[in-house]
Amino acid sequence: MAVATSGTTTMNNVEAVRQTLYEALKADPRTLVMGEDVGARGNVFLITKGFIEEFGPERVIDTPLAEASIAGIAIGMAMEGLRPIAEIQFADFIYPAFNQIVGEAAKTRYRSNGDYTCPLVIRTPYGGGVHGALSHSVSIEALFYHVPGLKIVAPAFPADIKGLLNASIDDPDPVLFLEHKKTYRLVKGEVPNGHYTIPIGKADVKHPGDQLTVVSYGLYVHQALEAARQLEGDGLSVEVIDLRSIRPMDRTTILESVRKTRKLLIIHEDNKFGGIGAEISAMVAEDAFFDLDAPIRRLCGPDVPAMGYARTLEDEFMIPTSRMAESMREMVAF
Amino acid sequence: MADTLARSRHDVGNDRLLMLLRNMLTQRAVDTRGFQLNRQGKIAIAMGSEGHEAVQAGTGAAFVRGKDLLYPYYRNTGLILACGFPLDDVFRSQFARATDRTGGRNIINHITAREMGIASISSIIAAQCTHAVGAAYALRLRKDTGRAVFCQFGDGATSEGEWHEAMNFAAVHRLPVVFICENNRWAISTPQSKQMVNKDIAAKAVGYGMHGVIVDGFDPVAVYSTVHEARERAAVGGGPTLVEAKCYRFLSHTTDDDDRTYRTREEVEAQRKLDPVPRFEERLVAEGVISEAELTALRVAITELVNAATDKIELEPSPEAGDLYSNVYADTYSPWL
Repeated sequence: MAVATSGTTTMNNVEAVRQTLYEALKADPRTLVMGEDVGARGNVFLITKGFIEEFGPERVIDTPLAEASIAGIAIGMAMEGLRPIAEIQFADFIYPAFNQIVGEAAKTRYRSNGDYTCPLVIRTPYGGGVHGALSHSVSIEALFYHVPGLKIVAPAFPADIKGLLNASIDDPDPVLFLEHKKTYRLVKGEVPNGHYTIPIGKADVKHPGDQLTVVSYGLYVHQALEAARQLEGDGLSVEVIDLRSIRPMDRTTILESVRKTRKLLIIHEDNKFGGIGAEISAMVAEDAFFDLDAPIRRLCGPDVPAMGYARTLEDEFMIPTSRMAESMREMVAF
Repeated sequence: MADTLARSRHDVGNDRLLMLLRNMLTQRAVDTRGFQLNRQGKIAIAMGSEGHEAVQAGTGAAFVRGKDLLYPYYRNTGLILACGFPLDDVFRSQFARATDRTGGRNIINHITAREMGIASISSIIAAQCTHAVGAAYALRLRKDTGRAVFCQFGDGATSEGEWHEAMNFAAVHRLPVVFICENNRWAISTPQSKQMVNKDIAAKAVGYGMHGVIVDGFDPVAVYSTVHEARERAAVGGGPTLVEAKCYRFLSHTTDDDDRTYRTREEVEAQRKLDPVPRFEERLVAEGVISEAELTALRVAITELVNAATDKIELEPSPEAGDLYSNVYADTYSPWL
């Protein structure tokens, strides 16, 4: 992490996204933001509030409600040398853009053998626990992480958001930047002042330990950390890795940790079948099988199409911290 | 020998007429060769544009090299040639050689030529339309005036939602784009009547609040004049135009298709009578732009060029197997194997 200016500022996740976007627009005339309601409304979470007044409607584009073209037009801009930062208002709305993201953005460099590139960022809020029901709560990472040519980032802390969003904007390839919407105002932290980047593809050990490795990302990193701290009081030592980047995935950090703790628990909100945890499990089973002292375990969202609107249904979908702690205890005791 | 064909508002001199003819004859020769190579088992697939020659020659003549950008589709070999793409590189694509601009990755005719302003071609129908609009937006944002983006597609593309989104956004922002629909009336086996109620695709322009114009896609001069006018308007901030060039696909969709399964020989033969290539030859001979002898010599010269390119490129090497792994990302990338 290269920090240009000394000092830090306390801010929440939404402020970290906002400040990073603001500084990018300020610094590089090739950048622009585009999406539904990003202009006068300033985005539905007020992330870009005031941007249109400062940077003008040419660089803060209120698009029609048409996600395929938000992605497609941004690709064309990127192919011609701009640095578009496109927004899909909610991750649940990204499906019409799937064709452009998977079929076009991810393949532009490959298809043209490097003649054209696609330096594009698509930001989108994802995740549940906010009474968003079927169409304002989904996790989409597993739908995209199968795709070589894409990068996927899902930071959970304000300092990581700033460093990784800067890295995504600088990146010469398309990056899907996922922001867990429940963490937007829930999570606060110290953010270094000035411009810095955090390399895409590097996980971060947020809590060191030696009896169990927990790999998570997004909202659940915070709950996993809380659980790990609770267990610490009982003398149990759990290492919590915040994946931060989903593709490329930091195999080294995961494998090093598992070889040390000899046990692996993966926690994510997205449903279990074919989720990110499936790939991590397979990787560890392939590369560190003989280092394991317990079966790999995954604590994930249930295999239903979505979380419900009613509190009971949403609560049933989301994993409480107590359950994470319980799983951790079981794994350590195994 | 007066330029009697220059009846339109735009000067179409003899040089340009001969350029159009040369391009159309080259397209036909390249098409023929592609089908021969496929029959010989030397290339996996061929994809002809017979019936589209006039649209592509006319559009290419309106494209300003070094300024304009082209977002083509897969049946645009004639157009890219008219925009300056080298003949050798067409065959490098057909033979999937290491020297191909995509390194033998992309299927025939799906080329890329950034330095000529010709975008990498995707097979996905209408996918390039929003890219063209984004590129036009980039020109606008940079105040890069006097330039236009050409976006080419077939009638089938107009059914795609992305096509609509591209048209709409271009109109909202009055972007410098010329949308050119090569309406050959068939989306593989689906006739226009099953694709839309409208007889004229250009009529859809009204709904977007942009210029829409129909042109005889068998007449290269008319196409040139129409596209040139749209291009000039776009380049000075006059907004986008949807040009519908009505033509016909004389051949099957590709060598893997058999059009006898879905359309009558009578229909194809009736259209063949309007074949733009012999029609334009006859027209230029009748107008005295070219003599019969000169025309014969031109045909021979083009055949020789195509023969020479075929022979040369066939000998070039295929990509190395390891080339599969490059250009996934900008940085060195080790795929999980």
